[in-house]
Amino acid sequence: MEGVIAGALLTMMAAATVAIAVQRNLFAVVILSGIYSFLMATVLVALDAVDVAMTEAAVGAGISTVLLLSALHLSRGEEVKPLHKPLLPLAVAVATGGALVYGTLDLPAFSDPQAAIHAHVAPRYIEQAYRETGVENIVTAVLASYRGYDTLGETTVVFTAGVGVIALLRRRRRAEKARA
Amino acid sequence: MTVIAAQFTYWVTIFIAIAGLYIVIARGNLIKKLVGLSIFQTSVYLLYIAPGKLIGGTAPIYSVDFAIYSNPLPHVLILTAIVVGVATLALGLALVVRIREAYGTIEEDEILAQEAPPDAVATPRP
Amino acid sequence: MKDYLVLRVIAKLMIGFMLLFALYVQFHGDFGPGGGFQAGVIVAASIVLYAIIYGLDAARTVIPDRVIEALIAVGVLVFAGVGVAGLLLGGNYLDYFVLSGDPVHGQHRGIFWVEAGVLITVFAVMLKVFYLFASRGREADAE
Repeated sequence: MEGVIAGALLTMMAAATVAIAVQRNLFAVVILSGIYSFLMATVLVALDAVDVAMTEAAVGAGISTVLLLSALHLSRGEEVKPLHKPLLPLAVAVATGGALVYGTLDLPAFSDPQAAIHAHVAPRYIEQAYRETGVENIVTAVLASYRGYDTLGETTVVFTAGVGVIALLRRRRRAEKARA
Repeated sequence: MTVIAAQFTYWVTIFIAIAGLYIVIARGNLIKKLVGLSIFQTSVYLLYIAPGKLIGGTAPIYSVDFAIYSNPLPHVLILTAIVVGVATLALGLALVVRIREAYGTIEEDEILAQEAPPDAVATPRP
Repeated sequence: MKDYLVLRVIAKLMIGFMLLFALYVQFHGDFGPGGGFQAGVIVAASIVLYAIIYGLDAARTVIPDRVIEALIAVGVLVFAGVGVAGLLLGGNYLDYFVLSGDPVHGQHRGIFWVEAGVLITVFAVMLKVFYLFASRGREADAE
């Protein structure tokens, strides 16, 4: 039953992606990307990834839509009609997709308990996380304790992005007065 | 049945990935390129998390009622990836705003036309 | 948009609940889905709602620019500071079991402060980026 729901949601996501590619009104593109993020969050819940679903819903459908609308407000809202039919990019994309499909034929079957992803370190996290950290949410335990360095690096990346946006968009008051 | 389910998940993920790739390389509008890039990134999240699911298991939150949990390791990696993705999107949009103020447009063709020397012949895009 | 009564009343109701929900998500990240990233984004979203309804200047009076710029750095410093505290108390960098007498309680403390640092940085960055985008257009209109 979960498979049927996930399959239907994935088909809707693919349809939303095609609509984003075809649509030329940029406001519609931004709203469609918000719809796509919400569908993605639902698919993630069907795949038992509840932490990731909450993050995707908050970040992808919330902050991303706000940022895109703010940037869209500062520019024109319509994309120009392309002059030539983009056949070469379409061929390149389809060829890449064919190569990827050929690559996934060797991947393990869906929900295979013997797959390599469930060996090595994941059983240790699942069995020892509550005993060693006292935290029931295994994802939080791994994120904050076992892989704390990665989270420190991620926080630094967010910090750097904030500093970068400040450096790009800060107005210099003295230059404005000099020009006026 | 699970074979079709497995391959269907991968095929839809790959379709979304190449749709995002097509939007990035075929469309000239800069904001649409950024949207296509974020679509490509989200398809990679699906590609990571789908193999971690175990049918009959539950979310990786410890409870005495359940014995089988889905793999928590991809969840951790993708949490980091989502936040890094939105940081990249914010920087990209800041660049788009500055480009708009410098050139007056966000269409790639028009920006390249403004950058080309006045006596050069404009080459058509393939 | 503060001339519309319905929007004003609904915003007043919702902003308080959104902040409360963000704190719930932050502190219950140990027992259910949640954590610093989601909570930081939800706090930023509540202030963005306030800025949309009551105006950017009102939001800037509530949370000034200098405070936000300081908070961006404070979050990373809190995270790195937890690591240094682990060093000072005898373990390696970012060791949590030395932060308290009982190692498991030390893990609780370490995870609490680390998630708090993440919350502060994510909230401040998202809100600062929104401030910069929103004020860019208004200055362009004024020129």
